[in-house]
Amino acid sequence: MGLIKLIIDGKEVEVSSGTTVLNAAEQAGIHIPRFCYDKELSSCGACRICVVEIEGMRNLVASCVTEAAPGMVVNTETTAVVEARKMVLELLIADHPQDCMTCEKMGDCSLATYCHRYGVKKSSFEGVQHSYPLDDNNPFIVRDMNKCILCGLCVRACNELPGKDNLHFANRGFDRKATTCGDVPYVDSDCTFCGTCVTFCPTGALTERSLHGTVRRWELEKVRTTCPFCGTGCNFDLCVHDDKVVGVMATEEAVVNGRSLCIKGKFGVDYVHNEKRLTTPLIKKDGEFVPASWDEALDLIADRFAEIKEKNGPDSFASLSSARCTNEENYLMQKFTRAVMGTNNVDHCART
Amino acid sequence: MLLLVGTNTTEAHPVIGYRMKQAARRGAKLIVVDPRRIELAEEADYWLRIQPGTDIPLLNGLMNIIIKEGLHDEAFIAERTDNFEALKETVEKYPPELVSEMTGVPVDDLYAVARLYATTDKAMTFYTLGITEHICGTSNVMSIANLAMLTGHLGRPHTGVNPIRGQNNVQGACDMGALPNVFSGYQRVTDPAINEKFEKAWGVPLSDQLGLMIPDMFDKANEGKLKSMYILGENPVLTDPNSNHIRSGLANLEFLVVHELFLTETAEYADVILPAASFAETDGTFTNTERRVQRVRKAITPLPELTTWQAIIALSNRMGYAMNYSDPGEIWDEMASYSPSMAGINYDRIDAKGIQWPCPTLEHPGTGYLHSGTFSRGKGLFQAIDHVPPGESPDEEYPFLLSTGRILYHYNVTTPYSPGIQSLWSEERAEVNPDDADRLGVHTGDMVKVASRRGEITTKIQVTDRVPPGLIWMSFHHTASPTNAITSDAVDPITKTGEYKVCGVRVEKL
Ligand code: SF4
Ligand code: SF4
Ligand code: SF4
Ligand code: FES
Repeated sequence: MGLIKLIIDGKEVEVSSGTTVLNAAEQAGIHIPRFCYDKELSSCGACRICVVEIEGMRNLVASCVTEAAPGMVVNTETTAVVEARKMVLELLIADHPQDCMTCEKMGDCSLATYCHRYGVKKSSFEGVQHSYPLDDNNPFIVRDMNKCILCGLCVRACNELPGKDNLHFANRGFDRKATTCGDVPYVDSDCTFCGTCVTFCPTGALTERSLHGTVRRWELEKVRTTCPFCGTGCNFDLCVHDDKVVGVMATEEAVVNGRSLCIKGKFGVDYVHNEKRLTTPLIKKDGEFVPASWDEALDLIADRFAEIKEKNGPDSFASLSSARCTNEENYLMQKFTRAVMGTNNVDHCART
Repeated sequence: MLLLVGTNTTEAHPVIGYRMKQAARRGAKLIVVDPRRIELAEEADYWLRIQPGTDIPLLNGLMNIIIKEGLHDEAFIAERTDNFEALKETVEKYPPELVSEMTGVPVDDLYAVARLYATTDKAMTFYTLGITEHICGTSNVMSIANLAMLTGHLGRPHTGVNPIRGQNNVQGACDMGALPNVFSGYQRVTDPAINEKFEKAWGVPLSDQLGLMIPDMFDKANEGKLKSMYILGENPVLTDPNSNHIRSGLANLEFLVVHELFLTETAEYADVILPAASFAETDGTFTNTERRVQRVRKAITPLPELTTWQAIIALSNRMGYAMNYSDPGEIWDEMASYSPSMAGINYDRIDAKGIQWPCPTLEHPGTGYLHSGTFSRGKGLFQAIDHVPPGESPDEEYPFLLSTGRILYHYNVTTPYSPGIQSLWSEERAEVNPDDADRLGVHTGDMVKVASRRGEITTKIQVTDRVPPGLIWMSFHHTASPTNAITSDAVDPITKTGEYKVCGVRVEKL
């Protein structure tokens, strides 16, 4: 693949041929706004927020679907470009609830970000607004179609990443809607609640229920970790607030999985705060479990293990380690079994 | 090309399943071998609906055709393998017509798949529990390896035989030596030099006798020879086959410690329960199915105050063996320093992307795929393998075949504690074919009794043609329908893996 040179905002940029203007600019450190484009998905060039001016072309072009060509001279923020983008934004917010102050997506919403960037406060267009009912009768995803800007990322994400084909565009014109087959709530559709559509949605149309009513997005502490469920080993960020895990966000930095997760990784980690979690040692006395201190419990275990080993030999003891625990915990378990108890009787359910 | 044998990847390992689906849609050929019409079967070029337990005849049958038609890779066989003649002799006994009869796969499909697999440049084979959870699990795996070696689909990128490991850290638990025969890095306890190395490292004499595998442990417990156990983060009562045997073993122990997140069925038998810290409360590492060691990071204060590694250290110190680690990184470093295959891995190096072992030195980039150039034993050894019928087949009294597996929404023991997931999928829904449902007079949502020679349970059913007539399929995630109370206790003689996949049952309307 050859390299080509072009000029973007006065800078000479060298990119491999076949690169789009939007990505060429990205490589030069220039962020062109986008709604319907995402580098992991196919492009459709529908929203036109990414328009730029290219010398020698009469009309503004959508940079996400225009290939960079040798010698091309591109300007990404001319007056005409800014006017066009403002127009796109005004059209969008004409039919968008302006309740940003209470919107869950506040702080991580592309629509708000670009309105801020171009000083678009209100729309000069007036018209009927949608008033779709909220789809929130499932435990994971809150779907507010009034906030949908019809970028189609959810549709392509669902079809192209998990391959579930659960979403499509229905109807035309004002009634156009990114929705499930038969326009039913998620819970009645073929949705597997992998959350991919939520991850890609640029607005507050699709949000994680668990984050509702916690804190603003920028206040969430994020801790990168590895999924505790299956051997795929997906990475994601745990969202933490007030010493509690309140949600999971996929990250494109994850080597194994990128932004794809399944229902378990995306929505299953709430087991961590299940009220049935054991938080204190328990000692069985007369058939009943009685809470005990760590000291009391560990002393008892140490005494009994030592006593039984003394009486019956090391091989009267066995341990089961765990395919759910960390490597370090497993290493310590086998070391404890071998070095302290003196037996090789250690195994784990590798087979389940 | 992808060949999937007994792996319902989109449910058990969803994100790997996504990738397979994407590959198939981009034009890669997909062959699915499964009795159930699983999601990927819908995308497949060929779906071979085999009779459960007939993987070996199928694989032998494919090899029979490949050899007959001269489609095997002679250069690869000559250079890289031994024992081809023995394999050839055995598979000769599996002509397509016979194999079709045994497996239920049409002869034409056998030819088509054999030719496609053999003539494709790059073919990857994947398998999971569908293959290992049989009395002949080890032989099944060897048969898959035979097929790959026969056609040279090994040791290059995008080829090979890929087991997909079940739980998040099954790979790591094995790598760390949580097995009765090896220390960390698969170093044998019976090897005097290795044993001596660890005696020096740990400063105590060590046993050089093989330890007990899980089924032996519970046999010994039932016999009264095993007296005490420490069970960390496992719930064998729910997850092991034939749970009644496990229960009586546990009840027979003098002293049992269970270290767990929740009060599980197994924990009920404990004398002392220690509360475990979850993955969100501890630092450490998990190793995924492609041997990639990745970081786990502490996000919140441990609910039980002590993390699991701290508790093990505290216990060891109380018993007079000093363990001094101030953080899991130090534990990893000790392990790595005695385990050549992981010696080059440390927390700094894996911070962003993880590393796949083998990684012997700090300069080594890690290893993406195994067996390039040579196999671990030098040349690949063909194993001539004959069909082993399932330990228990349906008969007049127990006419249905019960097969078990995972469903997407659950992962063994933890997901039922996720309130969200639980609210969506809270009970067992056994799958029954419409023909059988008609005969039994049952409908989706009805309760039925499922009985085997070992016990009986009740469950709701779902009528679906995902399963063929004569088969009933269940998961094992639900306490109310403890499937493993009725599954077979036949085990693979080598790995002692339980035969969860096949047993005879009777189904009755309630
Ligand atoms: S949650 Fe997943 S399956 Fe459901 S609509 Fe979104 S992307 Fe599709
Ligand atoms: S729901 Fe979100 S991702 Fe889907 S079309 Fe609307 S704004 Fe775009
Ligand atoms: S997110 Fe899903 S596929 Fe990924 S590791 Fe977790 S359970 Fe497995
Ligand atoms: S981002 Fe280019 S048209 Fe939408």
